[in-house]
Amino acid sequence: MWSFFYKLASPKWFYELAGKLLPWFAIGAAMSFALGGIWGLAFSPPDYQQGDSVRIMYIHVPAAILSLSVYTFMAITAIIGLVWKIKLAHMVSANAAPIGAAFTAIALATGSLWGRPMWGTWWEWDARLTSELILLFLYFGVMALRNAIDERTTADKAAGLLAVVGVVNVPIIHYSVEWWNTLHQGSSITSLARIAKPAIHADMLWPLLLMILAFKLFFVTVLLMRTRNEVLDRERRSAWVGELLETRDGV
Amino acid sequence: MAFENWSAFWAMGGYALYVWASYAITALALGLTLLQPLRRRKALFAELQRQRRRSAGEAMATVPTSTEKYEQR
Amino acid sequence: MSAGLMHAFVAVLRRDLLLALRRRGDSLNPLLFFVLAVTLFPLGIGPEPQRLAEVAPGVLWVAALLATLLSLDSLFRADHEDGALEQLMLMPQPLSVLVLAKILAHWLVSGLPLLLMSPLLGVVLHLPEASFGALFLGLALGTPVLSLVGAIGAALTVGLRRGGMLLSLLVLPLYVPVLIFGAGAVAQAGMGLSYAGQLAMLGALLALSLSLAPLACAAALRVTEN
Repeated sequence: MWSFFYKLASPKWFYELAGKLLPWFAIGAAMSFALGGIWGLAFSPPDYQQGDSVRIMYIHVPAAILSLSVYTFMAITAIIGLVWKIKLAHMVSANAAPIGAAFTAIALATGSLWGRPMWGTWWEWDARLTSELILLFLYFGVMALRNAIDERTTADKAAGLLAVVGVVNVPIIHYSVEWWNTLHQGSSITSLARIAKPAIHADMLWPLLLMILAFKLFFVTVLLMRTRNEVLDRERRSAWVGELLETRDGV
Repeated sequence: MAFENWSAFWAMGGYALYVWASYAITALALGLTLLQPLRRRKALFAELQRQRRRSAGEAMATVPTSTEKYEQR
Repeated sequence: MSAGLMHAFVAVLRRDLLLALRRRGDSLNPLLFFVLAVTLFPLGIGPEPQRLAEVAPGVLWVAALLATLLSLDSLFRADHEDGALEQLMLMPQPLSVLVLAKILAHWLVSGLPLLLMSPLLGVVLHLPEASFGALFLGLALGTPVLSLVGAIGAALTVGLRRGGMLLSLLVLPLYVPVLIFGAGAVAQAGMGLSYAGQLAMLGALLALSLSLAPLACAAALRVTEN
């Protein structure tokens, strides 16, 4: 177990393993996107109240779920990096952030588009949308802090610490926003959280689960790609990168 | 199939704008997220190769056995 | 707390308070900002008492939040520049306790004046009489949380140029729960409802940040200050 852990932490080993795994994750993501997308758009039944606008759920809900779990993932890898001083964990953590921010932005945009026909406005201070907005700022904070610090090790640790502080706050923010929302909102407005989980029909559940899987596989794919780049960048002076370049050069 | 025909599919029961805009935005955002590391990889490899050739050239000028020297470093 | 630790805590606290007293002008800036920001609102939205009373809880809390944010920059900056922070880290006592002393000094200088000034500003904004208790108690529990959580952000950005803008991006999202429960308590009280729940939440936030923020802050200083 521990030897596996440390082997994984070796950049070279990670680079090679990730390279081998990448195509499989990419294929899996593409297939589940295609299958889930077609199922959700064309074959799942319309909602009896919202009609076909419910099909936005198949991207909004996965993006919202992933935006939260990617943040948690980012914090956990940061903790691993901070506690065991594993550089690779920091690299993974750093590269999870932009993907998570993209998911958060998707959740916000699709939430707004979904809300328009329901609420009659493009933006409602709905509990889920408000939480997502704040989450987006949390992502931006981690990314901005990392960019602002020139020295890499310091940037890694500082951004990692901020991610950990953020992840402690996420549930508190979520709860407080929920409370604030029930205080200020009449019952006339249905929140996204409520309509996203009606007594969900199996024909809706399957495409939804497929799309969640698709988003997860997409996350892993892009994460591996980004981290491989970063490994290469940081290890550019090492012997194995030199050998790699030599073989790729075709000379 | 939940729709009678293709035009009904594109119309999305009157919600075409919202549904298709959502999927388009998502596709765009995921596409850009995917494209970024691909382009970075290309640029990075080009940069590293350039760097390698330059340092190999320098090594060549001083010491003849360039590849051997390179691997030692 | 052992005697030595207590001694060091008091020493750091006294030093920071003395320094603040010497730079009276700078220390009063957050308070001035608080008053000024609140004064701008009636000018912006009109002087009707009804309308002012309605937005007063939010306005007071947002202004207090921003005033605290402005004051955070000075928390570690001067000490970073003259090397006192490094000295602090070399002391045998746990850094988190010493940092807590600094945060307490910061709150006494910037948070406490806001708290004392708030009833006056409540009057200016025609806050309903029933709300004053909630405003005062809420700020009493909430402003220390703002100082504690803000200190983490200040520690993370201490050596950076253009740290100010970044600091607000790091800290403001973390202030959301305090704002919600603080302003919520004032609003509840204005409607004649019980606000014990919100105060309890603020108290819980204070307990949590009191126990975790100094540790995070010390860790952050060790990262950025080397």
